[in-house]
Amino acid sequence: MNVIVEREKGLLELEARIAELRSVAAAQSVDLHSEIGVLEAKATQVAQEMFGAMTPWERVHMARHPRRPLGSDYLLALDAFDELHGDRHFGDDAALVGGLARLAGRNVVVLAQVKGRDTKQNIARNFGMPAPHGYRKAKRLMELASRLGLPLVTLIDTPGADPGIASEEHNQSEAIAACLTTLAGVKVPVVATVIGEGGSGGALALGLADYVIMLEHSVYSVASPEGCAAILWGDAAKADEAAARLRLTSDDLKKFGIIDEIVPEPLGGAHRDSTQTVADVLAAIGGALDTLAAHSPQELLDARYAKYRKMGAFLDTGLPTVGAR
Amino acid sequence: MPIPDWMRLPRANAPQERDATLWERCPKCSEMLYRKDLEQHLWVCSRCGHHFRMHASDRVHMLLDGEFQEIAAQVAPSDPLHWTDKRTYPAKIAADRIKSGLTEAIVVGTGTLAGQRLALGIMDFSFRGGTMGSVVGERLVRLFEHALHHHFPVVLFTASGGARMEEGMLALMQMAKSSAAVKRFTDAGNFYAVVLTDPTTGGVSASFAFQADVIIAESKASIGFAGRRVIEQTIRQRLPENFQTAEFLLEKGQIDMVVSRHELRDTLARLLGYVAPATVPA
Ligand SMILES: [Zn+2]
Repeated sequence: MNVIVEREKGLLELEARIAELRSVAAAQSVDLHSEIGVLEAKATQVAQEMFGAMTPWERVHMARHPRRPLGSDYLLALDAFDELHGDRHFGDDAALVGGLARLAGRNVVVLAQVKGRDTKQNIARNFGMPAPHGYRKAKRLMELASRLGLPLVTLIDTPGADPGIASEEHNQSEAIAACLTTLAGVKVPVVATVIGEGGSGGALALGLADYVIMLEHSVYSVASPEGCAAILWGDAAKADEAAARLRLTSDDLKKFGIIDEIVPEPLGGAHRDSTQTVADVLAAIGGALDTLAAHSPQELLDARYAKYRKMGAFLDTGLPTVGAR
Repeated sequence: MPIPDWMRLPRANAPQERDATLWERCPKCSEMLYRKDLEQHLWVCSRCGHHFRMHASDRVHMLLDGEFQEIAAQVAPSDPLHWTDKRTYPAKIAADRIKSGLTEAIVVGTGTLAGQRLALGIMDFSFRGGTMGSVVGERLVRLFEHALHHHFPVVLFTASGGARMEEGMLALMQMAKSSAAVKRFTDAGNFYAVVLTDPTTGGVSASFAFQADVIIAESKASIGFAGRRVIEQTIRQRLPENFQTAEFLLEKGQIDMVVSRHELRDTLARLLGYVAPATVPA
């Protein structure tokens, strides 16, 4: 059950009433102006109260909202897109889609993790959990981008890499690890955007980038809150507490220097105005590409290395000796 | 030979417990093994060949001809998330320092193996389950940068439950950080070998563990991306006994060789010999 879906039911009813009153007013030319005004003020107030300040756990649910714009919605909004299929060895993974594209006046290579909108689509797309052949397709297209001098744009939205038997047999570890070394070495700008769920290593496989954007209510986490709670407290029901501890929200991650930019969402979440949200994200990516275009391949590689080189928090002076504690 | 501080710290078994651990029971075949014999046999059961998990300092002694020059020893964990669950993160760190005698889940440094210089990193599961946080990432990167500068080959021993949750996304980013260092090191024509030991999973297996030129696994070591329990919960059935073992990975073409601990030093010596700077026969 998605807490945001539950919570917004009342708001949606209120909005439906407003729409109904509007159509009545128009059809019967009666003046319902003040009634509509009161309801609109109420709707705004309710939305502000519900969504103005959300807890990390609520934001996890926002990131998983069934109507949130998906990777496929962004691909459809590109100026042009031709999907390139398959890893050339084993199969084609519908959870990780890639191809040649045109975005904000530039030719680019796009890689997107894509969840399904309903159960049928989710089965086809494995709930957005890429298999090794998905990551190997991604690696192939990363190398293509580097060779052709096309900037690389990635869209991240996955609960995590697929944890099944076949994925282990086909070496999920190596598939992700190879994406990381490849991204570390591509000679073109890399812009990564977390549009929904950034689930652990399966997300990071597309996330080693010169510039990392997060949609406001996306989350990006070392482990799922449920998994973390199960490990730490033996109780997945403590996921809300784990979500708060993990510091997985866009504002926390910006403070830690892990991401570079936050794209705001409409009040109530991206799905309240998907078209505008998708346009805003693509514009932010375009802006980042403009900035990065000024740099030579060597400058990009050096800056990328330096960026990740300094990630982490540690003391460089040792801890006090154990006995002193 | 100067003994690094981390080797001088109390070991897993404090003096008062030593009597109790005069004998160790093999978890595989239940044989009672005399601890001193076990140490001499590199922590391999003389009856069934079971490889016990091995302390990082024991591995250093097993591998190197003599001195180990530890680097980045002063790099120590901080608490960027002010983490608390049942205990605080600093309390967990302090407890594991005493339990393991280590300052973190990896030790890195240089030495010689069969006369050949190398940069060596050894993870130890007894410190926070070998999880990778900022210190593991930083020590690894310093090792690779040191090795790059001196053109030393790198040999890493992995043992890890994955990324360290108590450091949140900063821990996940160590996958990216270490991968960037591996890429730079290997692109410059240097040799990198990994020995996967029991267990190697998650963020470590999905980064530097599987980026090596040669990947060795210790006999019967458990290796995989997802944990066994996670997979069983997902598919709702029991996995076969050999799933995710070193031998299984070899059969699936994922690693170069499975080596028993007794053969490990000689195997590494030969591998380093193949890639040593060419010498003209006299
Ligand atoms: Zn035994």
